[in-house]
Amino acid sequence: MQSALLEPKRVQLPEASASEDLAELERAWSNPRGIIGWLSHVDHQSIGKRYIVTAFIFLLFGGVEALLIRLQLARPENKFLGPDLYNQIFTMHGTTMMFLFAVPVMEGMGIYLVPLMIGTRNVPFPRLNSFGYYLFVIGGIFLYAGFLLNIGPDAGWFSYVPLAGPAFSPGKRVDFWAQMITFTEFSGLIAAVELIVTVFKMRAPGMSLDRIPLFVWGMLVQSFMVVFAMPAVMIASTFLLMDRTLGTHFFNPAEGGDPLMWQHIFWFFGHPEVYIIFIPALGIVSSIVTAFTRKSIFGYTAMVLSLVATAFIGFGLWVHHMFATGLPPLGASFFTSASMMIAIPSGVQIFCWLATLRNGTVRITVPLLFVFGFVFIFVLGGLTGVMVASVPFDLQAHDTFFVVAHFHYVLIGGSVFPLLGAIHYWFPKMTGRMMSETLGKITFWVVFIGFNLTFFPMHLLGLKGMPRRVYTYQPNLGWGALNLVATVGAVIIAIGGAIFIANVIISYKSGEMANGNPWGASTLEWGTTSPPPHYNFLYLPTVNGREALWSRSDDDPVVTGVRTDRRESLSTSILDARPDHRYPLAGPSIWPFITALAVTFGFIGSVFKGSLIFYGAGLSLVALIGWFWPRPSHNEQPERVEKGATESNDQVVARS
Amino acid sequence: MSFATTKSTKLAVVLTPAILCQCGCRGIQSALDPAGPQSRSISGHWWLLFWVCTVVFVLVVGFMLYGLWRSKIQTPNDAPVDPAKETRTTWYVSACVVATVVILFVFLVASLSTAKTIFSKPGGKPLEIEVTGHQWWWEVRYPDPDSSKIVVTANEIHIPAGQPVHILLKSADVIHSFWVPKLQGKMDLIPMHSNSLWMQADFPGVYRGQCAEFCGHQHAHMSFLVIAEPLADFNQWRDQQIQSGPPPADPVLRKGQHVFLSSSCVLCHTLRGTTASATLAPDLTHFASRHTIAAGTLSNDRASLERWIVNSQGVKPGNKMPPNDLNPEDLQNLLSYLGSLK
Amino acid sequence: MSTMAISNSKVALCIGVLALSLWGSCCRREQRDFRATAEASQLAQSLPDSQLHPGGATNVAGPQNPFQGNAYAITEGQRLFTAYNCVGCHAHGGGGIGPALNDKVWIYGGQPGDIYESIARGRPNGMPAWGPRIPEYQIWQLTAYVQSLSEGEPSIASPARGDEISPSSVQPRGENNPK
Repeated sequence: MQSALLEPKRVQLPEASASEDLAELERAWSNPRGIIGWLSHVDHQSIGKRYIVTAFIFLLFGGVEALLIRLQLARPENKFLGPDLYNQIFTMHGTTMMFLFAVPVMEGMGIYLVPLMIGTRNVPFPRLNSFGYYLFVIGGIFLYAGFLLNIGPDAGWFSYVPLAGPAFSPGKRVDFWAQMITFTEFSGLIAAVELIVTVFKMRAPGMSLDRIPLFVWGMLVQSFMVVFAMPAVMIASTFLLMDRTLGTHFFNPAEGGDPLMWQHIFWFFGHPEVYIIFIPALGIVSSIVTAFTRKSIFGYTAMVLSLVATAFIGFGLWVHHMFATGLPPLGASFFTSASMMIAIPSGVQIFCWLATLRNGTVRITVPLLFVFGFVFIFVLGGLTGVMVASVPFDLQAHDTFFVVAHFHYVLIGGSVFPLLGAIHYWFPKMTGRMMSETLGKITFWVVFIGFNLTFFPMHLLGLKGMPRRVYTYQPNLGWGALNLVATVGAVIIAIGGAIFIANVIISYKSGEMANGNPWGASTLEWGTTSPPPHYNFLYLPTVNGREALWSRSDDDPVVTGVRTDRRESLSTSILDARPDHRYPLAGPSIWPFITALAVTFGFIGSVFKGSLIFYGAGLSLVALIGWFWPRPSHNEQPERVEKGATESNDQVVARS
Repeated sequence: MSFATTKSTKLAVVLTPAILCQCGCRGIQSALDPAGPQSRSISGHWWLLFWVCTVVFVLVVGFMLYGLWRSKIQTPNDAPVDPAKETRTTWYVSACVVATVVILFVFLVASLSTAKTIFSKPGGKPLEIEVTGHQWWWEVRYPDPDSSKIVVTANEIHIPAGQPVHILLKSADVIHSFWVPKLQGKMDLIPMHSNSLWMQADFPGVYRGQCAEFCGHQHAHMSFLVIAEPLADFNQWRDQQIQSGPPPADPVLRKGQHVFLSSSCVLCHTLRGTTASATLAPDLTHFASRHTIAAGTLSNDRASLERWIVNSQGVKPGNKMPPNDLNPEDLQNLLSYLGSLK
Repeated sequence: MSTMAISNSKVALCIGVLALSLWGSCCRREQRDFRATAEASQLAQSLPDSQLHPGGATNVAGPQNPFQGNAYAITEGQRLFTAYNCVGCHAHGGGGIGPALNDKVWIYGGQPGDIYESIARGRPNGMPAWGPRIPEYQIWQLTAYVQSLSEGEPSIASPARGDEISPSSVQPRGENNPK
């Protein structure tokens, strides 16, 4: 009886076998070949996968840097790395993880999954999507090229002035850091804009706002946060770049500037940044819990409101990074309250998930194991977060290894564990093959144990007086043993990472084949083949419940009438997803890549010679002219959709 | 897979922090081993946070494991949603949220109360000290209305035990952070800002502090000592620090002083009582009375001093003191002279 | 995905070649040289007398600055320029008691060797001799900084400004010092 309960429900959308629609769709959505063709891809699956793979490569680099840090700190007065190289390495570690891994990987998951989950064919601005990816990868290459050429930034991932200013950081190192920020935050903004418009305007008919999957809510909320937070860091980094290359005085205390202003502007971005990394992971957890408890998440409205509340409150916390800077205690205490208050929506989410687990039928699979790991680690990290929200305690813990432990618990527990679960969960959808459950379970336990072994002792190290960002420490302070334990843990994490990569590679080559819905999950991406065709669905689905596939029967309507001879999708209304008009989508184009190169010329050139930004702008203008040059298919106006025979707004034309 | 713990597990859970604390919490730089009223207040606050958060964590993870255990015998998912169960679940979740709010409110109140303790001016007449942060050393100054009584030293702060101390914090270059975990929380030294903190050591002792804001290459080697002494000893120390050294009588020491005054030392260091009065580097007038060299990096003995003078870049790569190439006799005389500057 | 793999390796190769070719140009600028040897701290040895004389050739090659184009050295030179009170006479390049250093007018020659000599041996009318006082490498760092002051455009190795412009600027803000 047990196995019958667990057998996944086979709900597939109708697949035509040699119909004309299929052939036309295949033709319209095919991708060009060759290198130029590969550079011209604009479909969201391709770009989403690129984001994810590239981000994981940067995760690898960041992990190697972490190992180097741990090796240096394993013993007191260790001579493995000198101070200059160590400073570059820990800066690169933080910068890589925060800017080149954590945000892009979540963007990538969103770009891949959101159009599938809401039942459309692509994001609304496909070429812009491609352009955003190129900016990201070029920014990352730029930074690493600098690192390999001894121009790696060395002032910390948050680059405080005056240390990072012109007087105390010679050369181009911090300039490279500042300009990399411009690249990656531009890219983040592009992805955010894509996701907001996708979610608002391109959902399947019937998927009103209260029927959107929680993962999509997570990406939507995160995208709004990106829109408000990224400009702050771009401004900060541009001010810094101008101070360093043009002789402005934004942060020069002697001429009316203020080093503290850097901290305010940076952390106004920096705190929302961690929620930008965290909120999509919350969406991932909801998806996984739903699939493996066979139950809708308890308290959907509370969950959505919690996501929104987290986003809003997240913008009001930034001063908690500055409690030691001598701000008035009363003002600081407002930020204590806000920093404690943000635990409430997170708590609501945890309680709702636990209720779902309690009330549902749990099937333990690797993704769900990672969710358990997430609860364990993230709750611990969140609790230490509430501790450091308190000003007096923070004055002991700030800038020590206690804080290092705290943020690794919340970031790795809160984002990386769900991400690893997500990879195991959605790998069948992306590649058509299942990942190995055995290797996955081993990965989980090795990473879980290694993680706790590495970071738990750091709480004690911080309280025993070990500050952050020190390349070594004295032997008589008694920190050696705990540091050695942490280093051993880091090696174990590395082993776990290696097992994970091995699992990915082996499964990609020879994993068990997966059908459209191996987990029996409820969201729309499981309603098409694995991997999905470039056009996602043969016919766009309609939705009549929160769990799209579970509340669907085989004779529920699908959308027909959207053109199949060229790339097109359906645009629907914001609140109720009533069909509105057919929306043409751009096809493959090399212009995003060319424009990215032009913009790169301006950005990188201006690091060395300020006036080159104008030449870059000129080149970008030329590239944009090429980009927007009218093509025949764009001359037609989007057509309003004809209502079908019935009055219902959920159907375009009912398929018989 | 139940979370029902045996007696021994429960005992371990309670005793482990206590045991860990005994062997783990002590230390010359440990915030969990407070030696003054401010740090004791913070430490008490920490233990409140620690125990409450531990209980919450155990409950949450415990419930997760319990939910996992219980859920396996639930009805299949095709069974209709039970409204009574949903209502019960709503009540439970709401209760948990309310409990969360209450706990956070308690934390907030505790936090504000502790903050008041550590920021407020303690009773008694405070001793005023000014600390200026440099890359990578601490300039310590005891101001006095009578300018002949001003004490200037470096990397070591003497305070009378049992008396409140008010430290004014300034920076000469980048942002540093003054942190003596056993006595008080930290406070940043920001150029063009004047921060300050209150501190008090209840008992005589040696407390170590370290810079806690990344300030460049040798941030890791920017430490200092706070030495609390009985009032009489402190006054004696202070009186001695005010003196400028008399000209040395011993010929070796005289030669050593001559080496100092004719080499590059005078370009950066002050020796009150001589013509050396540069303020770029630590004041060396009473150099031999200090416990450490190079901001807590080396202990103050002849061999370490020789290593520091000849090859400071090998000890603290990137620091501002250049290596010095002195002939051996000059070097030994200089070492003897510096060793005599009590 | 396999085409992606091939393209990825091609891209990696191109990047590798580019990186190697840039190695020479960037490495020198970003080198941080923490002098660990005592020999490097020799007090300045004077260079042979300058070859400048009226009616002679103007493009006389002299000794090169080993820190030419090195960002760390120029910034260290900037720090020493204030620390050793060069600003007392030369301000931040504009001159005062001493001649301006941010122009192309060199009383005693503007070649690296000439500037080194000016610092090491002093010059008439008040320029002290620093040779006996500070290590040779510091004089070269000062030379690099002084040269950076007078370049028509700042090189990419020199900082755009110092963190103080007005000389009397280390007073902290407070009630007594509103700024």
